[in-house]
Amino acid sequence: MPEPEPYPEPRAVDPQPAMDAITPGDGGAMTLATGDARSLGEGPLPGGPGSAKSRSLWSDAWHDLRRNPVFLISALVIVFLVLIAIRPGLIASGNPLQCDLAKAQEGSQPGHPFGFDTQGCDVYTRTVHGARASIAVGICATAGATLLGSVLGGLAGFFGGWWDALLSRIADIFFGIPIILGGLVFLSVVTSGSVWPVVGFIVLLGWPQISRIARGSVVTAKQNDYVQAARALGAGNRRMLLRHIAPNAVAPVIVVATIALGTYIALEATLSFVGVGLKPPTVSWGIDISNASVQIRNAPHMLLWPAGALSITVLAFIMLGDAVRDALDPKLR
Amino acid sequence: MAETAENHEVSDVVPSTAETTAEVEAVLDAPVDRGEPILQVRNLVKHFPLTQGILFKKQIGAVKAVDGISFDLYKGETLGIVGESGCGKSTVAKLLMTLETATSGEVFYKGQDITRLSGRALKAVRRNIQMVFQDPYTSLNPRMTVGDIIGEPFDIHPEVAPKGDRRKRVQELLDVVGLNPEYINRYPHQFSGGQRQRIGIARGLALNPEVIICDEPVSALDVSVQAQVINLMGKLQDEFELSYVFIAHDLSIVRHISDRVGVMYLGKMAEIGTDSEIYDHPTHPYTQALLSAVPVPDPAAREGRDRIILTGDVPSPANPPSGCRFRTRCWKAQDKCAEEVPLLAVPEVFAGKKTLAAHESACHFAEERDVVHAA
Repeated sequence: MPEPEPYPEPRAVDPQPAMDAITPGDGGAMTLATGDARSLGEGPLPGGPGSAKSRSLWSDAWHDLRRNPVFLISALVIVFLVLIAIRPGLIASGNPLQCDLAKAQEGSQPGHPFGFDTQGCDVYTRTVHGARASIAVGICATAGATLLGSVLGGLAGFFGGWWDALLSRIADIFFGIPIILGGLVFLSVVTSGSVWPVVGFIVLLGWPQISRIARGSVVTAKQNDYVQAARALGAGNRRMLLRHIAPNAVAPVIVVATIALGTYIALEATLSFVGVGLKPPTVSWGIDISNASVQIRNAPHMLLWPAGALSITVLAFIMLGDAVRDALDPKLR
Repeated sequence: MAETAENHEVSDVVPSTAETTAEVEAVLDAPVDRGEPILQVRNLVKHFPLTQGILFKKQIGAVKAVDGISFDLYKGETLGIVGESGCGKSTVAKLLMTLETATSGEVFYKGQDITRLSGRALKAVRRNIQMVFQDPYTSLNPRMTVGDIIGEPFDIHPEVAPKGDRRKRVQELLDVVGLNPEYINRYPHQFSGGQRQRIGIARGLALNPEVIICDEPVSALDVSVQAQVINLMGKLQDEFELSYVFIAHDLSIVRHISDRVGVMYLGKMAEIGTDSEIYDHPTHPYTQALLSAVPVPDPAAREGRDRIILTGDVPSPANPPSGCRFRTRCWKAQDKCAEEVPLLAVPEVFAGKKTLAAHESACHFAEERDVVHAA
């Protein structure tokens, strides 16, 4: 904490407040309270404050985050996950598609710490290689849905009127599409089996949720007097949105987006399970979890490792979102 | 304005003696030189449409929040506007700031109608008309430092202060409103209500405006802090030659700070005049009723004074009474009041007479009744 004392000395509040100042009969004006003792042009300002660097919400938030262990740990985990998603060969040299049926469902053994799955593939290698598809789906779908949802929802909340009505109705339509049925319809026409159609589908069905949250918190934020004050100063829509509304409306969006990230990775698994998501030879946690879940009593290790990796990923993102949200709230400092 | 200089006491709503005739004559004979009005409001109207339907909205009526208000604001003076909740005071403030678009009517700032301005021209006018808000807890962005809040006017109007100079200007402003300039990096939640309101005032002052619209600037504060903020505003007015439109529902505070006072009822101005004309010589029944409700600290005086208890509630502004808006609660109401809208003018009975009762009052049956000093 950079501030030695979190609350300022109530300098302007007179210890014997103006009750005596209102006393009638002393002819002149009420005595000015202590705060008014400094008048304009009384002399040079104390030298101290001029030297301090001026700070803003973002610099304060970054200053806070760098010292927050929750942020550091979750950021480290995420960096690590992204790294192995890009270069799985760094920690797993094997081929995830090279399987030996003779070793099906065998447990841990030297060189294969996580054991083998039903097809006799090495679970460790598959878990490491599966990070790429799962992280790509999770991050890209969340980023896409959050960006689209918060921009559309935010603008709808800010401008209101017919744009808001139109957008909310469109969002309702997408809300009405059942995920599995929608997946069967949209994704069955795609034959590639790569992550991008799945990401696109999740963004398409995911943005209305974020957009509703964003719209709601923008509507709440824009009613505050400080937005009116900014407009009274002559601020344009851009400044009001970016400087005043966005920082005060972003918290719920961060929370929902980080939770959605886990849901999206699981959704990819569901879609793959139904056969419309990722298709072999693509390796993903989702595919492995669906395959393993039917064998949970024979070979729990098959489920444990990819599911554990998924849980750690989701947890890391939720903790990161939490830390960022807290850092952006000066009241918690 | 000379006559009001000695009235700077909150307590003088209930002065011990009424003026003698000689004093009144002296006041009336003094040349009233207010100069050119800086702000002229003419027939200002704001109706909020009431709509029905989700997709195809149909207007089924309108809330007549402000319904034809006219007044002038002169340089260096304070015009107080009083009235009960929902009478349209805050809407007037928003219209003067062009935060709401007027349904009709004009607001002239130095001869230029600002209600129809937009873009660059509006931005230029906004430099000169600023606002202090009612609630210091919502009028400051909780996620901006005090330095950013007070410095924002300079970001929006970069011509006012060169970039390298802004931080110093912000610290000067903090100093002017009686806050420690070292607080520049703190956030609003680290301040008390009174201190926050000082920050709001500093933001309003940043662009050196000529007019400041104060929308109940102290009603959210503790009574002990109210006096400090009011005094600060009085001091700043002298220092920077500001003109205030001071909106409040507290009659004592309005009298303390105002040179002239306007009384609003249900979107219309009921009575307007100098503070002693309104407080000591009210001619509109609504003003008399309002004044009779001011708490009197002296129990003996309280016993004997004239209490007017109004019956009924304020009618809905969506469906105001015909003729005089106050007639449904007025003890003087007659048929004429339902048929004719009384104009805001010096009533005929007082026209040409040398009395403080001869000021603008929108009543068919205006008569003087000193409710404050009645014993």
